[in-house]
Amino acid sequence: MKRAILGAVAALALSTAALAEDMKMAVTTSFHNSGLSDILLPAIKQDLGLEVQLLVVGTGQAIRLGEAGDVDAILVHSRKAEDKFLAGGYGTHRREIMYNDFVFIGPKSDEAAIATATAATDALQKIAGAKAPFVSRGDDSGTHKKELSLWSTAGLDAAAFDGWYNAVGAGMGAALNTASGMNAYIMSDRASWLNFGNKGDLALLYSGDPVLFNQYAYLPVNPAKHPHVKTELAAKLEGWLVSDKAKALINAYTINGETLFVFNAKP
Amino acid sequence: MSDLFPLKVEQAVSRRRGKVLVGPVDLTLKARGTTVVIGPNGAGKTSLLRMLHGIARLNAGKITWNCPQDEAQRRQSFVFQTPVMLRRSVRDNLAYPLRVLGTPRADALQQADDWAERVGLGYAVNRPATVLSGGERQKLAIGRALIRSPDVLFLDEPCSSLDGRATREIEDILQKAAASGTRLIMSTHDMGQARRLASEVLFILGGKVHEFGPATPFFEGPQTAQARAFLRGDIVE
Amino acid sequence: MTDLWDGLSRAFFLLVSLDADLVEITLRSLRVTLTALLIASLIALPFGALLAVRRFRFRRTTIAVLNALMGLPPVVVGLIVYVFLSRSGPFGVFGLLFTPTAMIIAQIIIIVPLIASIAHQALRELWSDYHDLLISMNTTHIQRIQTLLWDGRRALLTAALAGFGRAIGEVGAIMVVGGNIDHHTRVLTTAIALETGKGEFAMALALGFILIGLAILVNIAIHWLTQTEREGRW
Repeated sequence: MKRAILGAVAALALSTAALAEDMKMAVTTSFHNSGLSDILLPAIKQDLGLEVQLLVVGTGQAIRLGEAGDVDAILVHSRKAEDKFLAGGYGTHRREIMYNDFVFIGPKSDEAAIATATAATDALQKIAGAKAPFVSRGDDSGTHKKELSLWSTAGLDAAAFDGWYNAVGAGMGAALNTASGMNAYIMSDRASWLNFGNKGDLALLYSGDPVLFNQYAYLPVNPAKHPHVKTELAAKLEGWLVSDKAKALINAYTINGETLFVFNAKP
Repeated sequence: MSDLFPLKVEQAVSRRRGKVLVGPVDLTLKARGTTVVIGPNGAGKTSLLRMLHGIARLNAGKITWNCPQDEAQRRQSFVFQTPVMLRRSVRDNLAYPLRVLGTPRADALQQADDWAERVGLGYAVNRPATVLSGGERQKLAIGRALIRSPDVLFLDEPCSSLDGRATREIEDILQKAAASGTRLIMSTHDMGQARRLASEVLFILGGKVHEFGPATPFFEGPQTAQARAFLRGDIVE
Repeated sequence: MTDLWDGLSRAFFLLVSLDADLVEITLRSLRVTLTALLIASLIALPFGALLAVRRFRFRRTTIAVLNALMGLPPVVVGLIVYVFLSRSGPFGVFGLLFTPTAMIIAQIIIIVPLIASIAHQALRELWSDYHDLLISMNTTHIQRIQTLLWDGRRALLTAALAGFGRAIGEVGAIMVVGGNIDHHTRVLTTAIALETGKGEFAMALALGFILIGLAILVNIAIHWLTQTEREGRW
């Protein structure tokens, strides 16, 4: 009996997972939290026989992983960082796939009255004017960068904010948890918000300004920099991501009846 | 009998943290008999035995066996005042010195069982050594020391905390060992035991050898005033 | 409070239905941690014994450093391992980053100081007891270490179990070097972090309860296998 158990433990310790054809892709938390990957990955596996291993990180880290050659491709949404990535020669090219949008979340009581805002910048000015608690990702992610650029468009300097502005340095989910706990305002991508399970007293208060649209792009890592990357598999995946099959799946994906992503890849 | 002897000790000193524990000692031990080391508490009995055995540092002088040092080391055993019980069964404790020498396991265990009988622990071979009584522990320690058939066995007050019956059993074992040719060098504070076992007596005082000679003359007429006082039971400093 | 009850009932449901994902990540948690524990013990236990029996020049310093490393922040270990295993790091060619092997390496580094330190504490006492006898018997250093390891095995088991507890519950380092990839490097702790991030507290708690249960189960199993409590005494 003991021997059998020890043997089983040893076998467990030594066995290695069977290897299928696989590649690694760094994606942003907001993409993963949307749940779309749970629809796309099985379809990719079925169509291409390719297992895409997702590293779910912030945009900043996704870019770093691509630069270091630790992943084969990245799927992110921060134009400036993407351009810098390409300029450094770390990626072969940039392919736009789809977009979703950012929304402003806040307490149902809406003390800053952003529900009636005329534009995204107006909403931010109202929050700053009311000095209402605000949670920022503060993690150098695409969402964080977007938020910072919106503050500066609104003519405000996020670095100068005092007590009401909380940079938590965490992913979307953790930041939403914090906002829920503090009953604070926060900017989130729509998908993360809809999938978020701990809404508490928060509600979606403002959305729709075109400046809040959030473009996702696919960037394969440059084999000239990192000869070991799986360029062929990355190309195969890109072909699938811009296909009609992907278009149908992406456009049809909804949460609570709401469409999240709009496919806009050019064939 | 044994080519380990004579053992020559010349100006040997053992110190600890600058304090002299024993020495300087000059001494020659011959091949036969049982040497009993006596003296008041703190005279250096334990330190002398440990220095002769080589487990206390020799800070000055020389200790020379009549054979190479490493061979001499292998041919002696030591029984401590508080026996060290390995956290194993009695049988494994007895087999341990043989296993360390590379004796095959089955052989070592057989000899262990044999020695368990000889020291009167045959009933306890499978017991953990740590549950033995004081007398049983000392018997085990002596059996474990004798299993390598040493030429010299050092014993440091082996019966110091035992009752009369256990003491007699242990003395029986020691006398058998001595009769079969094992050279015994032991310390004791029990003068009755010294008289029963000793063929020669080493009386030490203040870390130095004060009187050394055959047992019978020593007990009948000690040469020095201090030895006479010690045998009378007076306090000697 | 409702989250707690939800978590408990979720955990119960996952267990009775033998949820495939749950079984997978639980087995992976076990595989990674038991492998790390095995290798770490092979390094740490003899090292702890060596520190007990050998007097060498930097022994005290080594022990002090070891004790300090017990409190090593896992996330720092993770980062260092990450830098070494990254494709642009010194061991990049092996392609180990984001694999279970990388997680095993990180866990080994985290628990070796812990196991070695506890082992040293336990064996030091045993050694002070055995010292005179083993010196008197002319044992070699190797034999002394072997004797201490064998006779001190019960205490060493405690050291190993402490290592297991720290490794199985660790999240910071393996998140960084494993990447929490679904079906590849996701283990119980990283899954808990993920579910917490999604605000799915009930699910996170359910996994947490399973993790706690697993730790208890492994402890009981190992004690049973080695019969620690039956013979008592040592």
